[in-house]
Parts: sequence; C-alpha cells; structure tokens
Amino acid sequence: MAEQKSTGAGKSGTKRQFRIWRGDESGGDLQDYMVEVNEGEVVLDVIHRLQATDAPDLACRWNCKAGKCGSCSMEINGKPRLSCMTRMSTFEPDETVTVTPLRTFPVIRDLVTDVSFNYEKARETPAFAPPADLAPGDYRMQQVDVERSQEFRKCIECFLCQNVCHVIRDHEENKPAFSGPRFFIRAAELDMHPLDEKSDRKEYAQREQGLGYCNITKCCTEVCPEHIKITDNGIIPMKERVVDRRYDPLVWLGSKIFRRGETPQTSVTTPRSGSAAHSGSPAGVHSHAGGSHDPRAEAQAQRGVNWHREVPKPTAPAVDDRGKLPLTELTFDRAAAPSPFGDDVTFPLPPEHLNFAHPEQDKH
Amino acid sequence: MTTTTRIERHHYDVVVIGAGGAGLRAAIEARLAGKKTAIISKSLFGKAHTVMAEGGAAAAMGNVNSRDNWQVHFRDTMRGGKFLNNFRMAELHAKESPQRIWELETYGALFDRTKDGKISQRNFGGHEYPRLAHVGDRTGLELIRTLQQKIVSLQQEDKREHGSYDARIRVFAETTITELLLDGDRVAGAFGYYRESGEFVLFEAPAVVLATGGVGRSYKVTSNSWEYTGDGHALALRAGATLINMEFLQFHPTGMVWPPSVKGILVTESVRGDGGVLKNSDGKRFMFDYVPDVFRKQYAETEEEADRWYTDPDNNRRPPELLPRDEVARAINSEVKAGRGTPAGGVFLDIASRLPAEEIRRRLPSMYHQFKELADVDITKEPMEVGPTCHYVMGGVEVDPDSGAAFGHVRGLFAAGEVSGGMHGSNRLGGNSLSDLLVFGKRAGGHAASYADGLTARPKVSVGAVEAAVETALAPLQRDTGESPYTLQQDLQAVMGDLVGIIRREGELVDALGKLAELRERVAKVSASGGRRYNPGWHLALDLRNMLLVSECTAKAALERRESRGGHTREDFPAMDPSWRRVNLVCSLDGDTVRLERKPLPKIRAELIRLFDRAELAKYLTDEELAEFDALVTDAEAEEASK
Repeated sequence: MAEQKSTGAGKSGTKRQFRIWRGDESGGDLQDYMVEVNEGEVVLDVIHRLQATDAPDLACRWNCKAGKCGSCSMEINGKPRLSCMTRMSTFEPDETVTVTPLRTFPVIRDLVTDVSFNYEKARETPAFAPPADLAPGDYRMQQVDVERSQEFRKCIECFLCQNVCHVIRDHEENKPAFSGPRFFIRAAELDMHPLDEKSDRKEYAQREQGLGYCNITKCCTEVCPEHIKITDNGIIPMKERVVDRRYDPLVWLGSKIFRRGETPQTSVTTPRSGSAAHSGSPAGVHSHAGGSHDPRAEAQAQRGVNWHREVPKPTAPAVDDRGKLPLTELTFDRAAAPSPFGDDVTFPLPPEHLNFAHPEQDKH
Repeated sequence: MTTTTRIERHHYDVVVIGAGGAGLRAAIEARLAGKKTAIISKSLFGKAHTVMAEGGAAAAMGNVNSRDNWQVHFRDTMRGGKFLNNFRMAELHAKESPQRIWELETYGALFDRTKDGKISQRNFGGHEYPRLAHVGDRTGLELIRTLQQKIVSLQQEDKREHGSYDARIRVFAETTITELLLDGDRVAGAFGYYRESGEFVLFEAPAVVLATGGVGRSYKVTSNSWEYTGDGHALALRAGATLINMEFLQFHPTGMVWPPSVKGILVTESVRGDGGVLKNSDGKRFMFDYVPDVFRKQYAETEEEADRWYTDPDNNRRPPELLPRDEVARAINSEVKAGRGTPAGGVFLDIASRLPAEEIRRRLPSMYHQFKELADVDITKEPMEVGPTCHYVMGGVEVDPDSGAAFGHVRGLFAAGEVSGGMHGSNRLGGNSLSDLLVFGKRAGGHAASYADGLTARPKVSVGAVEAAVETALAPLQRDTGESPYTLQQDLQAVMGDLVGIIRREGELVDALGKLAELRERVAKVSASGGRRYNPGWHLALDLRNMLLVSECTAKAALERRESRGGHTREDFPAMDPSWRRVNLVCSLDGDTVRLERKPLPKIRAELIRLFDRAELAKYLTDEELAEFDALVTDAEAEEASK
C-alpha cells in the first residue's frame, strides 16, 4: 500500500486521502491515494482525476454523471451510493474516503461488478400485457391512476437496493429464488398499471419472485437515490394485498398462532423455500424469518427456541364491515395499508419472539 | 495468426451498434421482421445517453391544442433548422411521430395525462403548440426503459417458442465496436471487444445499423456521457460512407455552470416553458433584446405580454426565453462577454420567484432533485447559474431519408438517431430528437432487415481485415513510449472547446486544424498501461482516434461555411446567407485525409414549400428560389381558377 502522490496538483484544491479497492475475482486490497479535491466536487470527479493521474487503468462504471443513469454505484465508506451524487463536502475535511465495489455482486475488476443477476431477473419478470381491444392511440388513463406506477418507473436501475438487500447481500444461495426490491417494484408497477391485462402480478411476486423472503427492513428504500418508497408503496401493499385477496387475516393469524407445524406455502412472513433450506442443510443456515443480522443470535434462535412458550397475542388491526383491512390510502395516516400483523408489531421481530415451528422439529 | 483463431464469432442478420432509443427501436423492428438481431451496447443495457433527455418527445398528436397537425410540426422543424433540413426527413418525422409515441403505450410506457386521459403535451422552444409528450422531466428514461422492456418481452416470446431468450434478439452489453468489416463495397461484419474481459468478438452480418449517438466528448463543457466519442461517425467514414452538416453542433443554452463538478449538465428547457426567466447580473430580463427579426412576429415584446402567455397562449405571444436554442445560447454568450454574467461565467435562470415552491417541485421533480443533490442548490428558493454547453451534433451520416441507408460507396450500412445527419438541418428543436429516434430507428431497422432479405449470398469477412483490426486494437497496450490517453483527450477538448466552440473565427479554425494535425501524430502513438480486462485507459485510447477524425470534419466544415446559421456561428460572417442554404458540406475519407465537398440540397416538394408564407420564405431563400416559388403559387392559383 504505497502512498502515492498525485502529479496534477492544482492551486485551489486540497489533498485528500482516498482508499480504493483494487483487484479482481482472484482477490485484491485497498490501496491508498492522495488526490486533489476541489470545491463542489463529487466522489466520481475524484475517481476521474485518479484515472487521469495515478491510476489510468482504475476500472469504474459511469455514464451521465448526473444521477440519471444509475451506472456509478459503489460503496463509499461502507454505504451503497451513486458516486456522482456523493458530494465531497459531505465528508469531514480530514476524513479518509474508502471506496469499494458493490458487495452483493461478483467483482470483475476494481469498482466494477458483474450485475448480470439483475438482468436475468428482469428477463424472468413477465412483461406488460397490453389490452387486446385497444388500438395504439386509444389508451385513456387518468393522471391520478398512472402516478402510482410512475413512481416506480422513476427507477434508474442503479441496483443499490439489490446490493443492500440482506436476503442476497451475503447469501448467494438465496439468489435463485429471490428477485429483489428492484423487481418487486417492477411487479408492483405493472400491478398498478391501469391497463395491464395480467391480473396475478402480486401472486406471481409471491410465488416466483420470492416476495415472502422480504421482512421489510427498508434498507432498499433508504439507499434509493430516486427516493422511491420501495417498501411502503411497493412491497408492503403487494404483500398485504396478497393476504387480503387470499386469506382473511384473522383466520390466517389464528393459524399462525395456534396451529404450529403447518406453514402455508404462500404465507407472508415465512419464506417459500425457507423450510426447504432448513431441512436440506440444517447447519449454518441464516434464517431470515428473524431478520437478525447477528450470526450468534441466529444460531441461538436455531438451537434453543422454546417452541411451547406462550407468546403475546398480536393485536390485529381493525377491519371494516366486510372483514377487510381498510386500504384507502387517501384517508389513512400512513403511506400504505395497516399491517395485518397488528400495528403494535415492529419488524424485524426479535428472534426470541419467533414462534416458527419446523415440521421436522416437532417429531422429537 | 493465433489471435484470430481465438476470437469469438457470432452470426446475425442485423447488427445494431448502439443501445439508445434509435438502436433499440431499430432492433425491435428488425426482430419483428424475423431477423436474427444483435444489439451492441457500449454500456450496460438501459444506461444509454437517451436517459438524459428531459423535456419530452415532439409529436403532433393535437391532444392539448387540436389545431396542431403534422404540417405545423413540419413547419416548426424546418424553421428551427433554418431550412437546411432534409425536407423529406422532416416530413416523415412530423407525419410518423404520433404513431411511434402511441406505439410506446402498447409497450407499457406511462406518459403524463391530460384531463380527458390522453397523453399530455407540453410547450417547448420553437414548437408552435404544446407538442411534447412527457413524463415529468424524465421522458428519456421512460423511453429507454420502455424499449428495453419491449425487448425483454420479445425475448420472453422467443423463450416460449424457441427455448432461449437469446434465440432471435440478443444484447451484448459493455461491448465496443472498433471496425466495420467489408466485402468489397458491402458490409460483412463488425469487430470489437468486450469491455469486461478485453476479449475480441466478431459479428458476421450483412446489415449494420449505426445508432451510436453523438460526438460531445470532444468538448470540455458538455452534457454528453463518455460514450459520445463519435464512434458511428468514424466507423461510417472508414467504411466509405459520407457525413453531412458536421459544422452544426448544438450548444444547449442552459447547462449548469456551478458547481464545477457538474459543469455542462443540462437544465431542461421546460424550466423556461413553465415560467423560468433568464436574468443577467444586473437583474435584467435580457432576452427581449435578442429577438431576431425572423422571429419578431411570434414573440412578446413586453414582460407583461410574455407573462400572460403562460395562462393564455391563444391571445398572447410567447416569451422570448422560448426562442430556439441557438438564439438563447448566443444571447447568454453576449451577456457574459459584455460583463453582465455570474461569477462562474453564466447567467441566472430564475424560477424560484415565479412559481410557488410546491408547484416547482411538482412540475420539475427531477430537476429539483438534481440540483439539491448535486449542488445543494434549492431551485425553489434561489436562481440557477446557467450557460451554453455542448449538447447535440446535427451533422452525421448522410442517409437516404426513407430507409436510413448510408450514402457513399458502401452497401448494407444504415444509420438512425443522432449519428445520422440531415433531419435537423442546422439546428434541432428540443423534443425532436426523441421522436427522431423512434421514427428513423424503426425505419432503419426495417430497411436493414429487408436489405438482408434481398441478398442472394452473404458477404464474407476476410481474415486479413480481422488481423488488422486486432493489431490496431492491441497497439496502445503494446506501446509504452507514448502519451497518456487522458492527456490527449484533455488537449483535444481544449482545441475543440477554445477554437471550434460556439462562436467561431477563421483564424482560430485554421489554428485548430493545425493543432488537430499535431494531435493526430500524438494519438497515433498513444500508450495505455495495464491489461485488457476492464481497462478504461485502453478504451479511451481506442476511442480517441474516432474523436479526432470527427473533430477534423467539424473544424474543416466550420472553416468552409462562411455564414452563421443555427448551430454554426461565425463571428466574421454573422449573417445567414441564402446562397449557403442551398449547400450541404459533405465529408468523406480519402486514405487518411478528410475530404470536404459541396453538395446541393434536395429541392423541397411543391406542396411542402407552399405550407409557408412568402414573407417567411423571403428570409431564407435566394431571389431565384423566390421567383420559382411565386411561379408555383401563380400556377396553382390559375389551376384553382380554371376548375
């Protein structure tokens, strides 16, 4: 890690310490650079300066440099960010800026990762189904109706939400069954499209995209540079409408509490292949039902949960006279429908509150 | 040679180079025509420069003002291009844009709506009626995503029918084409490399569609992304095609000038369409002083009238802030030169004092967001600092208007979008490029497919040509004595920005040509350090020769055209000259040298020229042409009378 001096020193700029990950799939490490930084610059400007001076072959994706194309995603001081949107003024004057590639995807070289996972998932998501009886030019939609889908169509496919999603961030094994937040909002967008002919977008998301893996930690929403409310406006309504359509939430909750050992395949909190994963490889499996990021707690939860413990009964939200949850978001005080689990329950649930019973486990 | 045997080979019917709007639309058309189609994208799929288009796509659908129709759109386009446009392209564009936009809705696009549920249309500089279909200020993103998703849906169809997503249409992401390969005068394929691995790839195909966009990276202040290195322009020249109108570059009047990191990034024209005004450092709304005579009739003379226009456009004339782009760019340039600019060398664009904060956020969400995030400037509270930035090249591959087939001595080569020339004449109207991409993308894709159908034998790629291409591509890596590609790019940008920029002079242009010749020597010896795997230095070294070639065309043509028109302003010839309107400057490659020839413009068809007032034509046409026009009118009137 030889400290290097930038050659193109300017009058106005100050020298700043950068640590940048250099390497490829066979390995690599953080390298230190002292580089000139001027007022008003963003991290990508500094990377470009490095390319023009000390590191001409430093690999990095970028296109528009205006936060519109979503190419320059990387992790800056551990946070997934667009480097063109990360102003140098947001760091302390003497702070070292550490830049690493997206962790969820395989490294190609330096800051460039193989994001083909996302393009594969995009190809699997069923396309818009145009209404058969409408000719081009005859589409009529109200602004208020297209706005909900338009929010999701703001997506610039930077894949930061995919990168930060803990279901796949350190869990390669979850990738085949899980499409990720980007494609949940794609499903939500088509679901809310006023003229889309396909009517099973939510069920599809649940069945094929692995929507059930998501336990709403909202990390995706937090990193979204377009400020799309991925969880509140996309994922949660999808989850809840699946419930709303298929189950009476009270009956469903009852079954969760009292009839242990039977896990419905399409339930909301239980991952579809979660049980399969448990029975297939009991050791070292990361349970996302708990939403815990602490491996020790995970292990404990797996070994020592008291399956016969009484847990406090969740209070179900009030339902209307049809037995449905009030879903009118216009009059509701929150961005999305109320939680079918009760508004007194926050996610992720602490592992000790979990009362999941695996069928195999009940045999002994 | 061992290297050639290891090259990955693919066979396609149509290869589309470029994955922006034009490329994707061309590829969709070729695939719908049943051709096996490859899309080559320099970036990841869906990142093309089209995403940057903010304002909208111009199409005379008449949803907001029912008086709009293709004839009015045609007139605006010709006016905007100062009558240098290829009239047939302008005609096709005006006629076919509405269908192309409506088609996007069947692919899943969600445009903003009017009250009666149709596609909403907004006002834009140079357009007589509200005409731009839009989605907030992210129309380009909507367009590219829609086309991307349509391609995915075609792939899903192919998967159902043939078992593979890639059976009939495949995207080669992060792949750069460095050479077109010929068999005699026919296109036989395209050679390039995968950016990720640095491995070479050869596409054998009888038809190639160029849709590579523009040339802006040769300029220091530009809104263009790194991809805009004039690849298609240079590939076409080297394959024997010709370029026209290369002297015409559009400098967008309102790019950000502060902070420096985002210098060049555009502030959409709709900021002005929605009420934003330009002020100099004295606080004066200066555009009223810069209305040229040709436009005097359509533009307001007082601030009061201009302000009434936003709510009552039928009874008031439009504000001068909405003059065509070149006029606005020149006005800003004059104000700054007169010492009335901002500290960063621009002028103020003020919307904060004109609309309530909430309304600004609703109408210009991504603009608001962009300024807040990139510059920590709140456009609802303070004015923006803006100035001209290199934005678009009107010039490009000379094509047949109907098919997009390249002129010159090459067959099987097509071009669409920014890389093609003629459609926009000397200046493009905002909103016309998104519809241009769709109209001519579809046409080029369709005609490339039928050209491939009509061939009895497939052209063959010669081994020698591939070996030469490999050698050229590897050369910068094998040299270690040359200069850094980054230094050379900076020097090129300095030459173009300083000497072939928005305002041009003979002496400077001569000087520029001298400097470009020196640069050519240096670029020929460029060296890139590092390996072949995702090495941006090497990629730039290869792009440089394209940038240089295209810059030479621009400088030569700019020196030759002794008048000012649209995107070409000569300080030493400040007026528009009707005799120059009849001339296109055509570039071709003769060995290593750029050759420049004059070529007469095609004559506008009678029924099209009659869409204009004589008084308006008098500003553009020569006396001889006007006499012809008068004769035409007399004949038509006589015919009318005899009925």
